[in-house]
Amino acid sequence: MREINFLLVGVGGQGTILASNVLADVGLEAGYDVKKAEVHGMAQRGGSVTSHVRWGRSVRSPIIGAGEADVLLAFEKLEAVRYAENLRRGGLALVSDHAIPPVSVSSGNDVYPSDEKVRSVLQAVTDEVHFVPAVAVAQALGNARVHNVVLLGALSQRLEVPVDLWERVIAAWVPERHRDLNLRAFRRGRELALEHGG
Amino acid sequence: MRKLLSGNEAIARGAWEAGVVLAAAYPGTPSTEILETLAQLPGVYCEWSTNEKVAMDVAIGAAYAGRRALTAMKHVGLNVAADAFFYASMTGTEAGLVVVSADDPAMHSSQNEQDNRRFAKFARVPCVEPSDSQEAKDLVGVAFQISEQFDTPVLLRITTRIAHSSTPVDLGERQEVPPAVEKFPRNVAKYVMVPANARQRHPVIEERIRRVQEFAETFPYNRVEWGDRSLGIVTCGVAYQYAKEVFPEASILRLGMTYPIPPRLVREFAQGVERLIVLEELDPFLEEEIRLLGIPVEGKSIFPLCGELDPRVVRESAVRAGLLPASALTPLPVLDKGPLPGRPPVLCPGCPHRGVFYVAGRFKVPINGDIGCYTLSLLPPLSAQHTCGCMGASIGVAHGADRAGDPERHIATIGDSTFFHTGMPALVNAVYNKSRVITVILDNRTTAMTGHQQNPGTGLTLMGERTKEIPFEPLVRAMGVEEVHSVNAFDLKAVRSAFKACLAYDGPSVIIATGPCALLPEARARWLPLEVDSEKCIACGACLRVGCPALVKQADGKVWIDPLLCTGCEVCVQVCPKEAILTREQVAANV
Repeated sequence: MREINFLLVGVGGQGTILASNVLADVGLEAGYDVKKAEVHGMAQRGGSVTSHVRWGRSVRSPIIGAGEADVLLAFEKLEAVRYAENLRRGGLALVSDHAIPPVSVSSGNDVYPSDEKVRSVLQAVTDEVHFVPAVAVAQALGNARVHNVVLLGALSQRLEVPVDLWERVIAAWVPERHRDLNLRAFRRGRELALEHGG
Repeated sequence: MRKLLSGNEAIARGAWEAGVVLAAAYPGTPSTEILETLAQLPGVYCEWSTNEKVAMDVAIGAAYAGRRALTAMKHVGLNVAADAFFYASMTGTEAGLVVVSADDPAMHSSQNEQDNRRFAKFARVPCVEPSDSQEAKDLVGVAFQISEQFDTPVLLRITTRIAHSSTPVDLGERQEVPPAVEKFPRNVAKYVMVPANARQRHPVIEERIRRVQEFAETFPYNRVEWGDRSLGIVTCGVAYQYAKEVFPEASILRLGMTYPIPPRLVREFAQGVERLIVLEELDPFLEEEIRLLGIPVEGKSIFPLCGELDPRVVRESAVRAGLLPASALTPLPVLDKGPLPGRPPVLCPGCPHRGVFYVAGRFKVPINGDIGCYTLSLLPPLSAQHTCGCMGASIGVAHGADRAGDPERHIATIGDSTFFHTGMPALVNAVYNKSRVITVILDNRTTAMTGHQQNPGTGLTLMGERTKEIPFEPLVRAMGVEEVHSVNAFDLKAVRSAFKACLAYDGPSVIIATGPCALLPEARARWLPLEVDSEKCIACGACLRVGCPALVKQADGKVWIDPLLCTGCEVCVQVCPKEAILTREQVAANV
């Protein structure tokens, strides 16, 4: 059983915690030992946030050391750059092509990195860099907030876990009234991964 | 049944299974979810107390009455509760009393990274530490047993990476524990700590901790895992996991009880290995205890004292100390990222604090802050906090500066929950001692930073029951404040004139600025994104000075409002000199 370390990065309020909850439970149901670590409180107020999810035969540390993540799942481009060295060489970077400018940028005091910069930094770590139009897809489905589940759908193509297991876990984590929307988001994410070769 | 639980959820589950009858706490990251989870389980009375000291007293009262009780707090909460913690150690209790301290190495959401194992030794109270959620659950029940066996409170110490990490847990059933006494005790010699009685009790607790130390020698959570004997590692808590990951071959002594430590077990382990080291987060607590036994040991000469550990940090330290070969460390890529904008936490779009701090900052006087979301107004462009130390500090600090003759007028800003926590005695003090402090109570109708807990101002309890809602204006008037202004926090004109009146007043004054947190469900229901009329916008940047994440400066200097972020609070509308930002009414009319 292969050990897989997932580092989820994004901005507080983006839904990284739900995504890490789903990812952790999928691992557990697929028969892995699982540990998950996240930070609550102050950082959640629009700050830079990370969640760690580890699957393995026997997982020890709940957090992943720098350079030891197999997958960097980024919900925002600047955060993908910020945590790029946490990804191991040759690992998978799956990045939502969404930008949330920090206040220092929106007020004109700092500059947001260009798409070329984002790509080149990540490509210095791995050839496996894939951008996913998760927010646009989620908006087309009717609610931008399900971008996190679109990204999980794209990720699911890279993992040997049955689709129905993913869908069962997602259904269990989201409120009844949002269930269909989330499952559609997941399936669109899977299709996207195929279309883009992600 | 096996389930992924966070350390906090596991502690709640463990307390429930162990038959806990009462739990009291004040919210504080990383401890908050313990009570939130426990309150969902049947058969346990749970409350948010006004502060940690009150919560500790409440739990002690329950344990005196013979019912198993738990109190939980963040590390700095134990500073507030220390007085109660110490007398509980002196008296002991009739039924088990477990005190959970959630420490925050790396200060993810705290003002310091104190190591509360020191409190265990300070108060002669046993300290147990889990290494994952399963142990967190199990150790609660064990802690209750130890508490009852030795007539002592027990400190269950966790850290952020235990509290907020989820690992698989086997769930059990609740075991009802009948009251330990039929009637509340009238044992004056034990429970009334006047000096004559306290003098009798002190030798009792010293003898008690010696007996616990003997118990620790065979405590099953103190465990030797023999491996390669060239390196022996003494460790505890989450650091045990790092030790197993980075040194899979080494011999390990994992201490599940970190105070008192078992001298014979430690000595036997030390004699069985060639090189003895301690791997622990924060203070060299075990290291010092081992050295006091006369055993040579290394610890903080290898591993960092500040911040939190992780497998990479441990590996780097080990390579530097020659414990691992350089090849154990994969070099990290050196990346040309250029200057990367930071992303500190910020006041949310629609936050009721934003306008108050925007106005307060204009008066250019010192603003003494407190613990809560509003501390985030320290950042540019608001830059409106000049001191912030601990819960309830704002009013006392402002008063001290004022009475010492500082020529500037001082403002103290404090949230609704924090005011009930420790702000009230400070405000009474300010009135009593003839202060000129301007106290602003930022009433956002919830305890926001820790995730929306109820407080005495909200009219609801932790268990979801309606209760008396304590209104601020009559409260502060009863405390003797005569200059009181109640304002809508989103009405900048009203906030400004309240400040002006208070600055002109020669005495203690209070502004109660009320506006619900933008993330509360009732506020969410009113979200309405505003728009900019780009014809009218003159690119002056005035609105950007309120520091709202929804306002985006475009290439031509004009401002665009991100509809995914804007809630329609209209603070920016009020600072625009050209009426270029559409009001809610105008937006609604356009739709």
